[in-house]
Amino acid sequence: MAITTVPGTTRPGRSATPYAAGPRRTSLGRKVRDNLTGHAFLIGAVLCFAVFSWYPMIRGVVMSFQRTRRGETTWVGWDNYARILDDPSFWTAWKNTLYFTALALVLGYAVPFFVAILLNEFRHAKGYLRILVYLPVMLPPASALFLFKYYAYDPSEAGLFNAVLAALHLPTSEWMQSPGMTMPAMVLASTWMNMGSAVLIYLAALQNIPGELYEAAELDGAGIWRRIVNVTIPQTRLILLLLAMLQIVATMQLFIEPLILANGAGAEDSATSVAYLIYQHGFFQNDLNGAAALGVIMLVVLAGFSAVYARLTSKQD
Amino acid sequence: MSVPQYRKTAALALVAGLGLSLTACSTKSDDATSDAGGKVTITVDCQPVGSQKDLLQNWNDDVAEFQRQNPNIVVKSVSVGEQCNNPPDFTARLAGGTVTDLFYGYMTDLQQVLDSGQAMDITEFANKETIPTWDSVDPALKEVFTEDGKLYAVPTKNYSMGLLYNKTLFQQAGLDPNNPPKTWPEVREAAKKISALGNGIAGYAEYSAGNTGGWHFTALLYSQGGQVLTEDGKKADFNNAMGRQVLQNLKDMRYGDNSMGSRQLLQWADLLTNAAAGKVGMFIGAPDATTAIVTQFQGKYQDWAMAPMPGQDGPAKGTLGGGEGYFFKKGLSKEQVEAGLKWLAYEKLTPGKGQFDYVRAKPQNQPVGLPQPTLFSVGSDAQKQEVELRKANANLPVENFTAFEATPVPIKGEPRNAQAIYAVLDAAMSGVLTNPNANIDELLKTAEGKVNQLLAAEG
Repeated sequence: MAITTVPGTTRPGRSATPYAAGPRRTSLGRKVRDNLTGHAFLIGAVLCFAVFSWYPMIRGVVMSFQRTRRGETTWVGWDNYARILDDPSFWTAWKNTLYFTALALVLGYAVPFFVAILLNEFRHAKGYLRILVYLPVMLPPASALFLFKYYAYDPSEAGLFNAVLAALHLPTSEWMQSPGMTMPAMVLASTWMNMGSAVLIYLAALQNIPGELYEAAELDGAGIWRRIVNVTIPQTRLILLLLAMLQIVATMQLFIEPLILANGAGAEDSATSVAYLIYQHGFFQNDLNGAAALGVIMLVVLAGFSAVYARLTSKQD
Repeated sequence: MSVPQYRKTAALALVAGLGLSLTACSTKSDDATSDAGGKVTITVDCQPVGSQKDLLQNWNDDVAEFQRQNPNIVVKSVSVGEQCNNPPDFTARLAGGTVTDLFYGYMTDLQQVLDSGQAMDITEFANKETIPTWDSVDPALKEVFTEDGKLYAVPTKNYSMGLLYNKTLFQQAGLDPNNPPKTWPEVREAAKKISALGNGIAGYAEYSAGNTGGWHFTALLYSQGGQVLTEDGKKADFNNAMGRQVLQNLKDMRYGDNSMGSRQLLQWADLLTNAAAGKVGMFIGAPDATTAIVTQFQGKYQDWAMAPMPGQDGPAKGTLGGGEGYFFKKGLSKEQVEAGLKWLAYEKLTPGKGQFDYVRAKPQNQPVGLPQPTLFSVGSDAQKQEVELRKANANLPVENFTAFEATPVPIKGEPRNAQAIYAVLDAAMSGVLTNPNANIDELLKTAEGKVNQLLAAEG
C-alpha cells in the first residue's frame, strides 16, 4: 500500500516517519512545540464540548442531589429521585415513551429500509425520487408537525386523513384527541418527518453490495424476498444495527411531537413522554432539581441500553 | 510567513478569541448602578416587541419623558417577547440569574421567584414618596406579593374572570345579546342554539391542554363555590359534588349536545384564534381576552360582550382572579430601587400616564374602556380619576361590559403550586372533552390522588 502524507504535515529535512529512523532524544519543550498547533486547534473543540456538553451534564447530576429553596441550595441526597419516582406521571411517561419507541421500531425503522430497497430498484428518475423522499427532512420539525396537526389530524371531516377515510367509507378518527390513537399518530408523523435521512443512508449501504451476489442468488433461483433476506439484510447488517440503536436513543427522547401535536400531555395524559415530563418539572413546576433527577434517570437508562447494545453487537462481530 | 508559522499564529489567535468570548460571556455587566456623574441606571423588562409598533413607541416616549423629568435616572429597556412571562423563558432567566433589575412576573410567580433567591424585599421603599398613588393601590393586590410581612413586587395589573360571549352569534342564533346566560344550565341552552348555526361553530369553548385546562377547571370550580385545595393548602379539595358538576356540565355540552365543537385539547392561543374567527359563541375569560382577540388574532371589539361568571343555580359563588407586577432583583442599591419605583409609578400607577394614558391610546385603537385593571381601591382619588379618564376616552362599546362590571363576583386567587396542579387537572378536562365514555368519578379520583402526592412531596 502506498504511504501518503498530507501536504504541510512534514517539515523540510525531516522524515515523515521520524520514529522509524531509530530512537531520538527529544526534550519536553520540543515535544510541546511540535504539538502546539495540533493542541491549539483541539482546544476549540474541547472547550465547546466542555462548556456546552460536559459541564451541563455534570451540573445536572450535581443539581439532582440538591434542592434550591428561598435562594438556598442544600444537599438532599436521593430525595429528588424519591420524589420523581413518586410522581404519578412518572410511570405514565415511561409507559408512553416505551410504547412510542416500540411502535417507531416497527413502523419508523422498517419503512425506510423497504423504501430504500424500492428506490434502489428504480432505473429512472432516481434523483427526483430521492429528493421527494428527503424533502420532509428539510422542513423544520415544528412546521411539519403543525401541518399534521391542523391539516392531516383535524378531528372533523375537514381533516385530510378523515376526508380520505370518509371517501373510502371507512370509520374516521379523532386522531390526537383519542387516547388510543395518540401514539400511532405521533409515530406516523415522526416517521414521515425523519425517514428521508435513514433512506439515504440505507441507499448508500445498498449500493455498496456487489451486484454479483444478487446475480448468484438469481442463478440459484432466489426470488426477491429470498434476495432481501439472504443478501440485502446480511450485507447491510452493520448499518441496520447502528441505525436501530440511534433510532431507539432518539425516540426515547420524544419531545417535540407531544409538545406540538398534543399540546403537551394530550388526551388523558396519553402523550406525556419522559422528556416532556422533564420540561414540565423544570419549567412549569418550579422544580429544576426534580427535572435534573429525571434527566439523570433517563441518561442512565439510555447509557445502559447503549452499553448492552454495544456488547451484543461487538460479540456478533 | 511560512505555512506552519501561519497555522500556529492562526491557532493561537483562535484560542485567544475563544478565551475572550468566554470571558465576555461570563462577565456580568456592571454598568447598571451609578456612573461618575451620579446617574442611576435601571434595567426593566417587558418592553413591547417590534411588531407592537404603537405600544413600543409609547413605551419609548415614556422612557424619554421620564428621563427628562428625572435627569439622574437612566432606564434601559429590555424586550422579552410579546408574552412577557412565557414560563420556560422566565424560569430560565430566574435560574440563570439574568433577570433585569425590575422584572415582570405573574401573581402566581411569587413562590418561584422567592425560591430562586432573586427577589428583593422592597417594603421600606414602597411608599407615597416613591409612588404617589401607593395608598390608593388596592391592599389585596399588595398582599398577593407579600410574604411574612415583606413586599416583593409592585402590582401593575389585575383581572377576574367572567363569561365572554359573541353578540353577533347570539343574534344569529335568536338569543338576546342583552340578556346573557346567568347560570350554567342557561349557558348550556345557549350553546346548543349557537352550535346549531353549524359551520364549525362551538357554542361554548373550553381549554384542556398546556395547563390551561387546569386553570379553567379552577375558575369553573370557584363559580360552583368550590376550592382546589383545603384551607390549609395540604390536600386536594375538588373531588366532590362541585368538581363533579364542573365536569358533568362540560361533558353534557360536549357529548350530550355536541355544542363544543370537534376540536379539543385547546390552549390559550387556539381558543382565542377560533373566537376571533367567529367560531366560538361563549367562553370564560378576563376582559383583556378581548384585547388579545382584537390585537393579536384580528377579531372585532363590537362582537364581544361580557357577563358575570355564571353560577350553577344562581349567581356564581366565586371567580378566579390574578394579575401581574414587577419584582426587584436582589442586590440593587437603595437608589436603584427608588428609581425603579419612580419608573413604575410613572408608567403603571398614575392616572393619565403610561398604561393609563387613555388620551394617547384612543386614536391608536388601543382598547380604552375595558372594566379592568382595577388597581386602585374603590372610592380612592386615583380610582376616580382613572375611571373618569377611561369613560371620557372610551373607544370600544363600554356597554358590552356593563353587566360584568355591575355585578361583582367574589374574587379568589389561584392555589399554591398552581402550575403543577393545573398540569394534573388538564387530564380531567381533556378526559371529559375527548372521551364520550369518560368516568367523571374516576377522573377526579385520579387527579385528587396525583395532587395529594404532589403536595406531600412539596412538604
